[in-house]
Amino acid sequence: MANWKKAPIREALGKTLVELGDRYPQVLVVNADLRNSVKSIYFMEKYPDRTIEVGIAEQNMIGVAAGLASLGFIPFAVTFARFASKRAADQISMSVDYCRNNVKIIGAYAGIFTGAQGVSQQMIDDTAAMRAMPNMTVIDTADVHEVRSALLFAAEFSGPVYIRIGRDEWPVVFDETYTFELGKGRWLREGSDVVLLNSGILLPYAVEAAELLESEGISAGVVNMPSIKPIDAALINDISRNVGAIVTLEAHNVQGGFGSAVAEVTAANYPVPIEMIGLRNEYSESAPNDALLEKHHLNPPWIAAAAKRALDRKNRLRC
Amino acid sequence: MVSDLSVLLTDRQGQPYSLTSERIKHLEYLCESTRRDIVDTLYKIGRGHAGPSLSMVELLISLYFEELRFDPSDPKWPDRDRFILSKGHGSLGYYAVLAQRGLIEKRELDTFESLGSRLQGHVDSNWLPWVELTTGSLGQGLSYAVGVAIAAKRQAKDLRAYCLLGDGECQEGNVWEAAMSAAKYRLDNLLAIVDWNNLQGGVTLEVMPSLEPFALKWQAFGWHTIEINGHDLQAVLQAYHQARQTKEKPTVIIARNIKGKGVSYMENKVEWHGGTVTKELHQIALEEINARLSELSQYADEKYGRNHG
Repeated sequence: MANWKKAPIREALGKTLVELGDRYPQVLVVNADLRNSVKSIYFMEKYPDRTIEVGIAEQNMIGVAAGLASLGFIPFAVTFARFASKRAADQISMSVDYCRNNVKIIGAYAGIFTGAQGVSQQMIDDTAAMRAMPNMTVIDTADVHEVRSALLFAAEFSGPVYIRIGRDEWPVVFDETYTFELGKGRWLREGSDVVLLNSGILLPYAVEAAELLESEGISAGVVNMPSIKPIDAALINDISRNVGAIVTLEAHNVQGGFGSAVAEVTAANYPVPIEMIGLRNEYSESAPNDALLEKHHLNPPWIAAAAKRALDRKNRLRC
Repeated sequence: MVSDLSVLLTDRQGQPYSLTSERIKHLEYLCESTRRDIVDTLYKIGRGHAGPSLSMVELLISLYFEELRFDPSDPKWPDRDRFILSKGHGSLGYYAVLAQRGLIEKRELDTFESLGSRLQGHVDSNWLPWVELTTGSLGQGLSYAVGVAIAAKRQAKDLRAYCLLGDGECQEGNVWEAAMSAAKYRLDNLLAIVDWNNLQGGVTLEVMPSLEPFALKWQAFGWHTIEINGHDLQAVLQAYHQARQTKEKPTVIIARNIKGKGVSYMENKVEWHGGTVTKELHQIALEEINARLSELSQYADEKYGRNHG
């Protein structure tokens, strides 16, 4: 098993926002309270004049951000994913996505590992809502380095972006050299029997599952795909053709999320067996992360079991 | 003969001017001409929100002929004032005003709501460059205007944000979220105008949860409030002037209007939110409007209006 170094994800969000402030004078942060939780407090402390605080009013947060963007600012609207996405879903659709206003929406506390605070502070259907918006770029993040890189990308990119970001101390998979690439997945580990295709925070467990599978003589690849929209269809097609079995991983409901996005690609091009790791059309609860990983079958043994099911279906199809 | 109303105002550039009755009459003429275009388009196309368009004509003609700073040759001039029609269903009236002002051609009104037309059923910034924000999903325009006003202050730009809302629209919680933030940032470069026509979507406001006391609500949210008869052009211009003089807080003009104003059988009739007119009803409307136009015809010449250079 990998012995992961851990780092707090929300600290990376807070620090990177300050870095963005240092680099780009046009960057503003729009808060809807929660600055202490999502760590945008660091930006506020350094750049009080560049912080817009609307209070607990996410619909207004999005509309104000759109107005700020219209005069050339790059507003980062930062709050919990539940409130940043669907609480203001129509404002995002009409005032940001349709009009292509250059607003960056940061959904912190995405997924279920949000400090044992229960369902109302988790978010498992934001990817589904955001990726259905035609002009939206949707990114999920795995560790502190991917968080930083995705935020830097968003500041440079012209157009609406939604980024999912976790909260807790979390395994560090990448290093400082990591660079997010829009629409690109990346192999972390080669494999010829099955590929574990990950978007977001379950990445270390995908790596551990691949090691488990290897110990059982199964060659499992690991591909990380933070860019959910646009998605790396070329790489998915390669995997479909050359490997022929896929497990998708996401801290999100399997209905409508990253797994669905992958399945849309395979179904249209080269259908192969897919098993989806994620919330199985269910809500979570407040509990320590280990307990939630086990409850929702997100642990490496469960991932390995899913990989074997996909591999088994592949082999039966090919008989 | 030039008669002076003895009303001294400043225009958007800060230049003083004396509001004359001729100038008012000229604006009245433009309003009636706009109403004729609304009714004609409604008849030709067979669809449109007549009531919500007719109620806001004086407010918009005053904005586009007297108040807003913009470049008629460049809808995206960076320093333009931003006008956001939050009540996006007032599209027909808005387009008719743009045509009256010469920003689109009058014949383009005939394309209203047709495939590929810039004149979408609800105003749409992806199609028509004069539109700042696509609206119609009610309650969102004021937040955008707040963002514009904050951005303008940060950039030390002398541009103002204007946002026209419907009365029924103010049932949206988003409006009051925006109102709170506008007061917090002391946005004296923001003007909200509420077209209070007392009817919405086929019913009277009395059917709805009450918005009254409406002015007190805005005051409680930290706004300067001005209540006027929104069909009284002099009152409208004075209110715009007063809003510009008001510092350290945003201003809202509550314009008590008549839905369907200017067409007798539409006025204050809930059934004229949307819909069309028959040939006979079109004729009746035209006769009423044309009678007023002929009364005002001596003021048709733009020499009576503001010198637009």
